[in-house]
Amino acid sequence: MVGVKDSQPAEIQNRQYKLLVDRVKPRPTLARNVFWAFVVGGSICLVGQFISVFFSSLGLNLEETGAATASTLVFLAAVLTGLGYYDEITKLGGAGGIVPITGFANAMVSPAMEYKTEGLVMGVGAKLFTVAGPVLVYGIVAAWLVGLIYYLVL
Amino acid sequence: MIFAKAFIIGGLLCVVAQLLMDLTNYKVTPSHILVGFVTSGVILSAIGIYQPLVDFAGAGATVPLSGFGHLLAQGALDKVQTTGLLGAFSGGVASAAAGITAAIVFGYLVALAFRPKA
Repeated sequence: MVGVKDSQPAEIQNRQYKLLVDRVKPRPTLARNVFWAFVVGGSICLVGQFISVFFSSLGLNLEETGAATASTLVFLAAVLTGLGYYDEITKLGGAGGIVPITGFANAMVSPAMEYKTEGLVMGVGAKLFTVAGPVLVYGIVAAWLVGLIYYLVL
Repeated sequence: MIFAKAFIIGGLLCVVAQLLMDLTNYKVTPSHILVGFVTSGVILSAIGIYQPLVDFAGAGATVPLSGFGHLLAQGALDKVQTTGLLGAFSGGVASAAAGITAAIVFGYLVALAFRPKA
């Protein structure tokens, strides 16, 4: 299937060539991806820890500190996305840039900005929830289920 | 040292996601990762595993999106204890309200103010 024949159009040859390469090529990128995911993701959490220590030193309680830290990280990520820098973070860090709450903010801003030309309602308004929508749906339904089960078992 | 623990645990959670993206044959998009993490956070929180992780690693456990799931689950559980079944409806979102509102408000303002780079 992956044998490259001269008789076929260049496009198909290219595709077959790519299949062949994918099959025989080792995965030198995996170790690098994992390394950078660890470093970038860890660093974002480290920044979060610094912010949280700062707010807690202002006398905020545990709950308030969490809320203030999350909001600050979201703000920073939104602005970095607007300036075009967050893409660089994700390009380097992969999942390290996606998994933290900053990645969630980035996933909201990016499509909203991209589709701005489609208007304030169906562009910005709707596209803000391209990723946030599914996350909220699954998070909220799961938490509701947990509450329900707890209520029934209680 | 809480800073080192935050870095290491936060980094490891991201490594889990990276491995899911690189080693599975499904097309795992960032959306799938985020949905998976928030749901896992809810489940791990409900069975009592996530809170110890938060106590251990601080922001290393709260900053990844699984921490958002933890917040939703604990909010629902706490509220069920005080107000009964209604708490399952109100508790989760209430406890995560600041993060949700911040994401919507800042996201909206930035999307209005900036243009995408080419």
